[in-house]
Amino acid sequence: MKKLAVPLLAVLAAIGLAVSVYLVFYDAPLEYSRNAELQLNGSSLFFNQKIVYFHVGHAFWLFGAVFVSGLSSIAFLKTRNPRWDDIASASTDVAVAFGAVVLFTGSVWAKAAWDVWWKWEPRLTMSLLLWLILVGYVLVRRFAGPSADRIASGMAIFGMVVVPFVYVMVGEGNSHPQAAPGLNPSEGVVGKISPGMRPALWLSVASFLCWYVALLISRVQSTRAERELRELRERGFDLGVLS
Amino acid sequence: MAGIDRVEIRKLAKRYGSERALAGVTLDLAAGSMCALLGHNGAGKTTLLGIVSTLVRQTGGTVAYRSNGAEVTGAAVRREIGMLAHASLCYGELTARENLALIAGLYEVDGSAAALDGALDRVGLDRKAWDRAARTYSRGMLQRLALARALLTRPSLLLLDEPFTGLDRDGALSLGRQLGALRDAGAIVVVVTHDLEAIADRADHVAILRRGQLVFEERGAYTYEQLKDVYHRHAN
Amino acid sequence: MALLRHAARVAWKDLRIELRSREIVYTMAFFGGAVPGMLWVAIALAGTIGLGRAFDRERENDTMRALLLAPVPRLAVFLGKAIATTVLVLAVAVVCAPMLAWLLDAPLFAYPGPLVLVVVLGAVGIAVIGSVFAATLLKVRSRDVLLPVILYPLLVPLFVAGTSSTSAQVAEFPNLDAAWYWIEFLGIYDSAFLVLSVWVFESLVIE
Repeated sequence: MKKLAVPLLAVLAAIGLAVSVYLVFYDAPLEYSRNAELQLNGSSLFFNQKIVYFHVGHAFWLFGAVFVSGLSSIAFLKTRNPRWDDIASASTDVAVAFGAVVLFTGSVWAKAAWDVWWKWEPRLTMSLLLWLILVGYVLVRRFAGPSADRIASGMAIFGMVVVPFVYVMVGEGNSHPQAAPGLNPSEGVVGKISPGMRPALWLSVASFLCWYVALLISRVQSTRAERELRELRERGFDLGVLS
Repeated sequence: MAGIDRVEIRKLAKRYGSERALAGVTLDLAAGSMCALLGHNGAGKTTLLGIVSTLVRQTGGTVAYRSNGAEVTGAAVRREIGMLAHASLCYGELTARENLALIAGLYEVDGSAAALDGALDRVGLDRKAWDRAARTYSRGMLQRLALARALLTRPSLLLLDEPFTGLDRDGALSLGRQLGALRDAGAIVVVVTHDLEAIADRADHVAILRRGQLVFEERGAYTYEQLKDVYHRHAN
Repeated sequence: MALLRHAARVAWKDLRIELRSREIVYTMAFFGGAVPGMLWVAIALAGTIGLGRAFDRERENDTMRALLLAPVPRLAVFLGKAIATTVLVLAVAVVCAPMLAWLLDAPLFAYPGPLVLVVVLGAVGIAVIGSVFAATLLKVRSRDVLLPVILYPLLVPLFVAGTSSTSAQVAEFPNLDAAWYWIEFLGIYDSAFLVLSVWVFESLVIE
């Protein structure tokens, strides 16, 4: 069962992704903007709007991954069992990848909607900030020497706690009229989105969950295998078999 | 509390990430003994001392501190520990007296001028230096201050990490004598060092670590030659 | 010698003109997002310097080890360092704020209560989060690079809240509701991280 988990999840993710791509292009209606400015750009938005489904799917699990990493880090600090640290580290690695996708798709959206590659729009700002914390985590792991696991854990925990503050912080900026575009890549998408778009959206969110878990497990497994190999080598040295 | 009279180290293991520092060390330390903890750089001596001093957390195994059979934990353990390392653990901007006063305050021991001066007198720190900032001290003076600092709180568990480095021969031998006196007074003394001469004829317990494992342990008195011999046979 | 004298004369002339016109200060103010921005840039700088001062000293003779060895709750060590850092940051703010107000003719002290409160909350937040990570990074070789990498993303909400509150106070039409909203935000932010720091400090500083 354990061996099957990763391929199974990957296959599930692939099927889900294929079906959701079908739904996105053949089933989901196009959302016509209520915003005059966006309607002018409607032609370019027409196709780009489809990217929302992938943007949201990744953004969802970017936050999920940050919380998994934070909670595992708490467990690691309290127990010092490296298995928890493996999970935290793997989850952050996956989160960095997901964050990159979120920022890239967000940027594509920004180009289509506002004709700029980047806009200090609340949710994008939030994703960027979170991504910076994650990149910092990876840097700490890489450069902090023997204590890297401990320091990185602290960062994951603090990063997790800062998320709600960043959310409120950008949410406040969002309530100003000039910062309220009609349809944002992720702004309250799930709530405001028309019912016809929902199946495709939820399916893509579910597919990316499978994808996230598959990546997480395989990453944890490879770290664990690395450590086991090391321990075997050490035993070899201890017994004098290796030199 | 009567002070720590026994430290039981059981299957102690420590990993830094995937790096192994200690791999299952079991060792008993008893009151009135001086344990010389030897080994090459990276053998795990400092890590072992760090865990016993409560500043490093092990990833496996246990350390139990006992006083008359009862287990001591938390701040009460730290209360009994005296630490002397290569670094002085004293503030360079503060004078000798101010450094000791700070420690007396943190440990809640007698911090009166008489008590502090007595501590400085006992280690033989030049009186003229008492009110000078510690950063102006020579290496030897600084180490005397560090010793005064460590002894001020009357510790029953003395942990020493390379205390002889930077001292001249006389200084090292005199420190060795003082440690011997403390052991005779009933303290547990653990010395991590490369300076076999300074601890020869004083250490009555020798433990040698190699690649995180205890490869040699024996109680008894050792001459310099004997120490050199066991060190070269087991540390490599 | 003549060369240096003339160089000094030229430089002094420049500085005197600059002082008189205050142009460079205005330019800086423009880039810093006007007065509130400058104030908070100064506080951020003060935080970095204050943390550096408070923790570099502990490394010199490994005195942090001495503090952690003392039979006092490790929490006391954390709080002591955080309080010292807070005071250092506030000292810089006390010098900076009146200077900014004077140089830029800004009504920085229109509402002294909220201003003091927001600056104090900002200093506390920087000191609390900063102390945790400065203490954990103490023995890491690349700490000077890693500390800002770790600290600044975590502190962005603090700086945004601080700047927003200060802006609301010094605006042409002050918006006290907004100023207080951000002060409240800072209060909750500080409390959350104080509780978290108190909870994890010991696990983090023990190797």
